[in-house]
Amino acid sequence: MPSLKSLKLRIASVRSTQKITRAMNLVATAKLRGAQAAALAGRPFAEGAARVIGNLAVNMTGPEAPKLLTGTGRDQTHLLVVVTSERGLCGAYNANIVRLARRRADDLLAQGRTVKLYVVGRKGRAPLQRTHGRHVIATRSIEGRKILAFAEAKVLADDLIARFSAGEFDVAHILYAYYRSALVQVPTEERLIPVRRPEVGDRLPAAIEFEPSPEAILTELLPRSVAAQIYQCLLEARASEEGARMTAMDSATRNAGEMLGRLTLTYNRTRQAAITKELIEIISGAEAV
Amino acid sequence: MGRLHLDIVTPVKRLRSAEVHMVVVPGAEGDFGVLAGHAPVLSTLRPGFVEIYASPGAEPQRIPVDGGLAEVNASSVTILTGDIPLLG
Repeated sequence: MPSLKSLKLRIASVRSTQKITRAMNLVATAKLRGAQAAALAGRPFAEGAARVIGNLAVNMTGPEAPKLLTGTGRDQTHLLVVVTSERGLCGAYNANIVRLARRRADDLLAQGRTVKLYVVGRKGRAPLQRTHGRHVIATRSIEGRKILAFAEAKVLADDLIARFSAGEFDVAHILYAYYRSALVQVPTEERLIPVRRPEVGDRLPAAIEFEPSPEAILTELLPRSVAAQIYQCLLEARASEEGARMTAMDSATRNAGEMLGRLTLTYNRTRQAAITKELIEIISGAEAV
Repeated sequence: MGRLHLDIVTPVKRLRSAEVHMVVVPGAEGDFGVLAGHAPVLSTLRPGFVEIYASPGAEPQRIPVDGGLAEVNASSVTILTGDIPLLG
């Protein structure tokens, strides 16, 4: 049986671990709310951009049409942008994303396509490098600030568009965890480039004038739209990450609680056993006299 | 003449949403003022300032934009632009 002293130390250690996991749970809850609010605040832009792109895209088939919309005309080289987290202790969050990325990459390879991986976030880097190291063309970290800066998404979008213009890939998808609830995050794939043509909901007025031209307007808008889409995905991923962390830290706190209960029980039993033993010794000592 | 509804949205948030008298927009082919009843126009923007006149003859409020897009119709102006940090 462990000594009283060592039991006491273990109880103290589990208790302080529990304090940490509980605090992390609360922090994750707050950050989750922040990310959700930010994702919601970006929606009007996405809707406005989708309306304009949807309306203009219908007539865009000529050689003048921006490549970001029509694509390169090929379907050979696929880029997968994999969004993982910077920090761990968030359950199976990163493992799930990495699993989807591997499956997609293997599918594409089996179809004879060329696959390139662009890994965002520290946690996806090592596992993907291990299995698909040859395909990883770039990795990027997202600053672990409290609020995700739009500049992060902008830099990423600019880099992708530059690579697209340089002919490094034909199609780009982004893989991220879609936030359904704190318990459920769904690894999701979304096309980034060529830009998706949104359904035309409400039409622009027929007599509308374009300055300077529909092509120029798309050329201005499409990169912004890609950046906005990436930003939304990053926020979604951030919400999922914090949700996963919340759940993981909640069960960690509960596990620590159970462990504390067991340890306290053992401690009390051991203490009682020691007292009983002492009493027996005293009594039998007294009887002997 | 009716009022004009102005929305300035960035990927980060809705920067302004207000009923105004007039907006002067830095269009790609020159600044243009928009009053209620304007013909529908879709124009790209130069980096510059959007000037908002809340009422006739009022001091304009200037909001910087890094380019983007203005969608104008008879009763509203929607400006899609970038997020410029430190301005709110």
